[in-house]
Amino acid sequence: MKLVKTGLMLTALLALGACEGRDIFGGGAGAGNNNGVAQTPGGPIAENSLEYFATEIGDRVLFLVNEATLGAEAKRILDAQVTWLNRYPDRTVVVEGHADEQGTREYNLALGARRAAAVRNYMVSAGLLETRLSIISYGKERPLEVCSNEACWSQNRRAVTVVAGGLGSV
Amino acid sequence: MINYFKFLFGVGLFFMAGLVQAQDRPTIEIDISGGVIEPIPVAVPPFIAETNGAQRLAGDIASVIMADLASTGLFREIPGTAFIGAVTNFNAQPVFSDWSVVNAQALVTGAVSTGADGRLVVKFRLFDVFAQTPIGDGVQYAGTQENWRRMAHKVADTIYSRITGESGYFDSRIVFIAESGPKNDRRKRIAAMDYDGANLRYLTDDSAIVLAPRFAPNNRDIIYTSYESGLPQVFLLNMDTGRRSQLLDNATNMATAPRFSPDGTKVVMSIIEGSNTDIYQVDLNSRSRIRLTNSGGIDTTPSYSPDGSQIVFASDRGGSQQLYVMSANGGAAQRISSGGGSYGTPVWSPRGDMIAFTKMRSGRFHIGVMRVDGSRENLLTASFIDEAPTWSPNGRVLMFFRETAGANGAPQIYSVDLTGRNLRRIDTPSFASDPDWSGVLR
Repeated sequence: MKLVKTGLMLTALLALGACEGRDIFGGGAGAGNNNGVAQTPGGPIAENSLEYFATEIGDRVLFLVNEATLGAEAKRILDAQVTWLNRYPDRTVVVEGHADEQGTREYNLALGARRAAAVRNYMVSAGLLETRLSIISYGKERPLEVCSNEACWSQNRRAVTVVAGGLGSV
Repeated sequence: MINYFKFLFGVGLFFMAGLVQAQDRPTIEIDISGGVIEPIPVAVPPFIAETNGAQRLAGDIASVIMADLASTGLFREIPGTAFIGAVTNFNAQPVFSDWSVVNAQALVTGAVSTGADGRLVVKFRLFDVFAQTPIGDGVQYAGTQENWRRMAHKVADTIYSRITGESGYFDSRIVFIAESGPKNDRRKRIAAMDYDGANLRYLTDDSAIVLAPRFAPNNRDIIYTSYESGLPQVFLLNMDTGRRSQLLDNATNMATAPRFSPDGTKVVMSIIEGSNTDIYQVDLNSRSRIRLTNSGGIDTTPSYSPDGSQIVFASDRGGSQQLYVMSANGGAAQRISSGGGSYGTPVWSPRGDMIAFTKMRSGRFHIGVMRVDGSRENLLTASFIDEAPTWSPNGRVLMFFRETAGANGAPQIYSVDLTGRNLRRIDTPSFASDPDWSGVLR
């Protein structure tokens, strides 16, 4: 559980650097870039670390309004996640599905599940063992960005791959 | 001594006496079914304290009664500062000229006493000032002192009912989600309060996300969604004992959006299996479940008709989220919403003739109502987010939550008349969302 929390903190940090108008629908914004976290003091990030997964691989994909379809950029990130996870087979993941605030609570909970399931299904088809994956939806309960316009909503319509397990996963 | 007053004593917590008799057909009437309503001016002078112990409550009870009546928008308070007369003897005929001159159309007089056993007795009379006649018989309630607000609400319910012809709703409660903390780290607890915000208490701590509590027909059990076991699951909680339990043991799928059946023996809810969300009925005795929908889409927020024969729910099976009605046993569903935009959180009215819902269109949220067949859609509110209506026990008022936009955006509970008038914020000590209105308490 401690590991999961660490992952969430990292992603929160990341998103702060991710808000300045890149392609908000491409699936890559907010992750997989060197923005924000790359200036970690003390040299290169260990490749087996959660930080590497979050910043270098990219721990999240984004979605269009009311959609759970994975775009090309999202698939590229998920492919890289699967490659990384298969290199570290002691890791397990929870895919968190989220929605923006523009929807009713219960519907958005189901929509977040749909997004998390889309990620799970893709990763399993890309070669990740299904037993290493579980999903949860937070609907609109855990926004990352708090403004009430598309700049924030696009970051909140996300599925985040939270990694747990393994050694040295601090 | 006025001979129409009938004393009737109760054995239980309360006893309600005396319905309006035929010859007492009120001269003051409000038809609340439509049209512009001119509020009826009403005076509720402090009740007479007939024993020393009743001094404080005598004024407080009159205030609660007046607040109840004024909150409907159907009555207007004649403030105490305008009074030129006082009621000093409950059993004497009021000096009607004292009240007509301050334009009071209705007058409520009352008396409060405490017995040796500490029990509180409240009695009242309602008068038509201009006709100089009583409206209905005098009524008396007895109960414990700590329940004084409930007795005041019972009095106000009776007055409301005699003048509008509708049943009252003031002696009722709300369960809701009390929220605190910043928008990206909101803490949520289940809380309960009287319909007017009094007597608030918390039923859970804020250690796990909790969502959308709903009353059982007994007004004592509630059902809600909680993340306390990790995944969102449906939980039952008894408000008297505080005991709670997960509805389905060993559940591996997420579950949400539960509501009780009108007879309280079943729950209808959504179970999320991967990308697919369907509606299930769960028997509360056996905990066995029956699948009611089988679409590939999201089917959620089911709500029973008051006779238990049908269920209205939201589904995106046709693309956008719309409202559908099906038999309570499942099977074919009929789409009822047709007005453009998308629809969610349908709730069947306690009268059975209307569906309240959340409507989303062009970046705005609305609370609306429609007939059960989808006709006569009427949007009552509009804002950034207005969501999750719940009906008053008499089907005349809706509560919902309104969330403001932006980084400091937060929800509060509001009420609005079925006609779209009388929008009011319900005062809560923190942010508040997901209200559910109980039935009238017994």
